[in-house]
Amino acid sequence: MSGQITMTEGLNQALDEAMAADDGVFCLGEDVSAKQGGGVFKITAGLTEKYGENRVRATPISETAIMGAAVGAAIAGQRPVAEIMLMNFVGVCMDQIVNHAAKLRFMSGGQTNVPLVIRTTTGVGVGFGGQHSDMLEAWFAHVAGIKVVTPSNAADAKGLLRASIDCNDPVLFIENILCYGLQSDDPGKDYRVPLGKAAIAREGTDVSLITYGRTVLDALGIAEELDKEGISVEVVDLRTIAPYDEETVLASVRKTGRAVTLHEAVKPFGTGAEISANIHEKLFNELRAPVQRVGGAFSAVPFVAALEQAWIPTKDEIVGAIKAAMDWKQ
Amino acid sequence: MSDTKLDRDVLKDIYTRTMKVAQTDEKFRSLLTQGKVAVMYYPVRGQELVSGAMMAALDADDYVVCTYRGQGEQTAKGVPADLWWAECIGKATGTCKGKGGPMHITHPDSGVMVTTGVVGSGIPIANGLAMASQNNGDGRVTVTSFGDGAANIGAFHEAMNMAQLYKLPVVFLCQNNRYGEHTAYADHTDSPTIAERAAGYGMKGVRVDGNNVEEMWAAAKEAVDRARAGEGPTLIEAMCYRMMGHFFGADFSYMPEEHLAEMQAEDPLPKLRQVMLDHQFTEEELDAIVAEIDAEIDAAVEKALEAPFPDADELRKDVFEEEIAA
Repeated sequence: MSGQITMTEGLNQALDEAMAADDGVFCLGEDVSAKQGGGVFKITAGLTEKYGENRVRATPISETAIMGAAVGAAIAGQRPVAEIMLMNFVGVCMDQIVNHAAKLRFMSGGQTNVPLVIRTTTGVGVGFGGQHSDMLEAWFAHVAGIKVVTPSNAADAKGLLRASIDCNDPVLFIENILCYGLQSDDPGKDYRVPLGKAAIAREGTDVSLITYGRTVLDALGIAEELDKEGISVEVVDLRTIAPYDEETVLASVRKTGRAVTLHEAVKPFGTGAEISANIHEKLFNELRAPVQRVGGAFSAVPFVAALEQAWIPTKDEIVGAIKAAMDWKQ
Repeated sequence: MSDTKLDRDVLKDIYTRTMKVAQTDEKFRSLLTQGKVAVMYYPVRGQELVSGAMMAALDADDYVVCTYRGQGEQTAKGVPADLWWAECIGKATGTCKGKGGPMHITHPDSGVMVTTGVVGSGIPIANGLAMASQNNGDGRVTVTSFGDGAANIGAFHEAMNMAQLYKLPVVFLCQNNRYGEHTAYADHTDSPTIAERAAGYGMKGVRVDGNNVEEMWAAAKEAVDRARAGEGPTLIEAMCYRMMGHFFGADFSYMPEEHLAEMQAEDPLPKLRQVMLDHQFTEEELDAIVAEIDAEIDAAVEKALEAPFPDADELRKDVFEEEIAA
């Protein structure tokens, strides 16, 4: 263990190590093989040379065929890692994900299972506009049978991807484009971060800020600033969005008595609503303020930076929600 | 070249499988009519031989992906009658513990990997099973069966292209029964055949009379042999006729009577029986095969009707590998 890795390197290493360890692990997706340069974001770079084109299959632009093939290979006992280049394109193959990947274990009474990882990327802040930027985690969190995972740092990216490949259930693995360059201490070979376990990214005593993915960085920055004002923010990084680590979330809120949920996806009907409702149901008498929610604006993600920066949860909105919780009078 | 000779052993195998499909269909319709079971059932009357011959061309460990009108593939491939019937009426002893039902039969031990209720969506999944076989060199062939209606969804076209691109060991069996739900072929498709679409993907496509055992067998055997030899996929369009409505009990007044009468003259079952007689099988031998199937079905139905329904705690199981909290 030495030095630093970026999230891109962490993801690449997780794939490499998983493929080396298990012949059943293979990648498929648009542009993923060496001929196309190892993927648009280079996550699969170097893997074709090691494992050949059957295990790093560059596919036609056919999301339904990619996802169907991944489901079929998974029920045959392989461990496909299917790349859907951008998260908005999952709309093209929702039938395969929702009706098949998520349900085949249940509908078959456990006779088949779908050890499939769907890797996809998204992110607001790169000017990709309305059809390349959406965070759609809530769509999948609402479906029984699929796990939803997103890392906020390079080490977690490596460990969570490895654990997702190990998992015998389908996992939607969301990568944020703006996080690819983030660096962490190299966690070393065969590193795993267990699914379903949140991290306390920063300890605090006044308010729990519950988030995941890129907004963890915003949360940590704001927590540092508010510390100077005497507000102690605990940042909870869910890491696995569905099923989320309810125990860690409730323990944090029990300690602080206040909670704010924060995500990049639009606020209405988002995962923040589910987490907030659950906190109210379980901890109503212990809360010192109603749970506040912060999310993206309820519009398509705009192209121009001036609007895009206003679309994503702003620092003012996050700080405002924290202060609303702090200032709440019973 | 494949050996597509239709000898007596092959004929007997096809006849047995086909009659299993026919007798299961008849029994199901009878139970529904008598009100002994009340579930959705998609009859396969008129399509029995297509399944019987196709499944006879497969090895026991080959894979099948079928649709909600998949009784033929399931029973002909070998899903045990006890398990099949119990699943169809939702019992804990069914293949899927009653959680799948007739529209979602799965039985990997027989190679029946997926039965899907979404038209056409099994086609890309079949590619994945075939891809797994190609990746690990297990020599298995995957057959995916679907109707003429399915040939118009996007997944069909994506999957055809991908299968041919990778030369996957898969057989696409289109059972052209002339209806996509309630819509006649000519009202949903303007290309004269489905088989000719294969050429658009560089794939081999054949159209056969699915009521003719020689033609159906030859196409099935050749496609399976090609797939197993690494020569890639085949699209078979088996012409047949859905002699009943979309689901049992559904109105089918939209199906012209004169056409129905014409198609009944093409009924695959008496034609198959005649071929058997032409090959020196006796009436007694054929009746004995059917009687044995009937006895097996009757016993399976009786057992299934008496079996318990699943417990409510099944809701927490098989969502994920680990049981979810109450």
